[in-house]
Amino acid sequence: MNAPPIYGLMAEFDAPEDILAAAESARRKGYREMDAYTPFPMEELTDALGIRHTTLSLFVLCCGIAGGLIGFFMQYFTSVIDYPVNIGGKPLNSWPQFIPITFEMTILFAAIGAVVGMIFRNGLPRPVHPVFNVDRFELATRDKFFLCIEASDPLFDRDATEAFLKSLEPSHVTVVEN
Amino acid sequence: MAYKYHVTEGENVAPLIAPGHDYATITDKISGDVLDRKTPRGMMITLAVSFLFVLVLIGAVSYLFYKGVGIWGINIPVGWGFAIVNLVWWIGIGHAGTLISAILLLLHQHWRNAINRFAEAMTLFAVACAGLFPILHLGRPWLAYWLTPYPNTMEVWPNFRSPLVWDVFAISTYLLVSFMFWFVGLIPDLASMRDRARKRWQKICYGVLAMGWRGSARHWHRYETSYLLLAGLATPLVVSVHSVVSFDFAVGIIPGWHATIFPPYFVAGAIYSGFAMVITLMIPVRKLYHLEDFVTDRHLDFMAKVMLGTGLIVLYGYLSELFFAYYSGSEYEGFMMHNRITGPYGWSYALLILCNGLIPQALWSKRVRLNTLALFLISIVVNVGMWLERFVIVVTSLHRDFLPSSWDMYTPTIWDWATYVGSLGVFVWLMFIFVRVMPMISIFEIKHLLPWKGRIYDTSADAN
Repeated sequence: MNAPPIYGLMAEFDAPEDILAAAESARRKGYREMDAYTPFPMEELTDALGIRHTTLSLFVLCCGIAGGLIGFFMQYFTSVIDYPVNIGGKPLNSWPQFIPITFEMTILFAAIGAVVGMIFRNGLPRPVHPVFNVDRFELATRDKFFLCIEASDPLFDRDATEAFLKSLEPSHVTVVEN
Repeated sequence: MAYKYHVTEGENVAPLIAPGHDYATITDKISGDVLDRKTPRGMMITLAVSFLFVLVLIGAVSYLFYKGVGIWGINIPVGWGFAIVNLVWWIGIGHAGTLISAILLLLHQHWRNAINRFAEAMTLFAVACAGLFPILHLGRPWLAYWLTPYPNTMEVWPNFRSPLVWDVFAISTYLLVSFMFWFVGLIPDLASMRDRARKRWQKICYGVLAMGWRGSARHWHRYETSYLLLAGLATPLVVSVHSVVSFDFAVGIIPGWHATIFPPYFVAGAIYSGFAMVITLMIPVRKLYHLEDFVTDRHLDFMAKVMLGTGLIVLYGYLSELFFAYYSGSEYEGFMMHNRITGPYGWSYALLILCNGLIPQALWSKRVRLNTLALFLISIVVNVGMWLERFVIVVTSLHRDFLPSSWDMYTPTIWDWATYVGSLGVFVWLMFIFVRVMPMISIFEIKHLLPWKGRIYDTSADAN
């Protein structure tokens, strides 16, 4: 099959329970390359669409550890190696006093990791995307729920998929132009 | 008794969202207030008045840059004065925002969804005001960057054993994390704004900020993970920030500062003053924008209860300070407490106990908590009280320390006051600008509260 001329087919639903049922049916039918667009997060859709659990937490953990190490060794390097100063007779490596900054740096790096990781793993910023070509799609951030079966799915067949989507009783079915 | 908390089936409960709302009306109301509605007159007046105070601050700071910190009332025993009082006060106010957004999220207190955006913005602006003061207090504020570790021609580094350097890291981390938390929370709502905007420039502005958010289930999944992680990170952060601020005092050996109770007592005080400020701002804004559907009396009631609870912890702090002064047997601690209560600044201590200890006890009464005007007035009293607390800690501890020959009085000058009221102006001005251009209530999180078939939130559990 050549490059699909369209991005996919999109069905619009009015209620959260409808899109949940639709996503489950589509998955049972064997569709895999699909996505749902909702005005608020629906944890149930993650399972219904078979979305794999994100590895973001692991990334954030690594960022936090890196931040802590950088924070501590920045203080160790400057206070013990690069420019040792005797302050109040304290040992040069007075590590308990290095803890507050180590802690703050851990949090800072982990938080930056959580935000930047989420944005980039989501492929944002992406101002142009085929789903925005659907006129009614602007309601996806208001009160409508959309299920899009993408043309890259091996089972995708323009007529059969359209018939299938219509059998789910959506309010609209639209072709998503590429 | 139309108002109940522990609900069993069939009983009436004051809802978190007024009845009759669906996904569309929630979006239209909150985004419409920004996009379509003309700026209310009350808002224009507030903006104008607060901008006058912004000008006052600019004037006071310009004169400070010209003359130096000698224009303030600070002297040698009282080197800290208003600048540090205001720093601690502002940073404390900021803490309620993080508490509401992060800790209440982790505790599944769904009522927070109506006020978290507003409180987060408050945090951001309060921390910005807070950060201003230590920099102005430096004497040569243009050299503030010397506090950061960077390779320099002088070949020295900051002293990382000093709580003042910890403060730099704590406050700047707090500012950055608060900003990120607030911005991440805004992304889906900015997309709502983009899709609802009819004017081209509005579409472009919100569109750029929304970064092409399209509400994909895959994105939501990662988004929720990220948001939860941020909440988990912000929770220990908020506790650490005010602990570090209290180390500025507690690590010193001045009587009245050198106490182990300081970190928890400061954190509780921070939450106390922060909730007071949320209430002070939320009540007029709610009225101005007719937000009673989303910020219900039940929300105000919850906030009043948090204020009452943390207020009692703060009161416990005052009592334990008294006890330590007596029990330590230290001559200087004992004198400090005696001087604090009966000395020349005794009036500030008496007012502090009145504002923070006695008046808020009225909140035990449900009628007071549900009376918007009474609650508003009490919240202002608490704000004043918390400011006095920092004044008492900074000034009465410093002005008479170990050697009577070094005692002196501290009198704030007109420039101290100008800088302080100026920072209040900046805060209110930024807050109202924010309310004007951004959805002040989290649209998608409010939608999340609406029950649907297959998932019904047990909102009654939230009250416990």
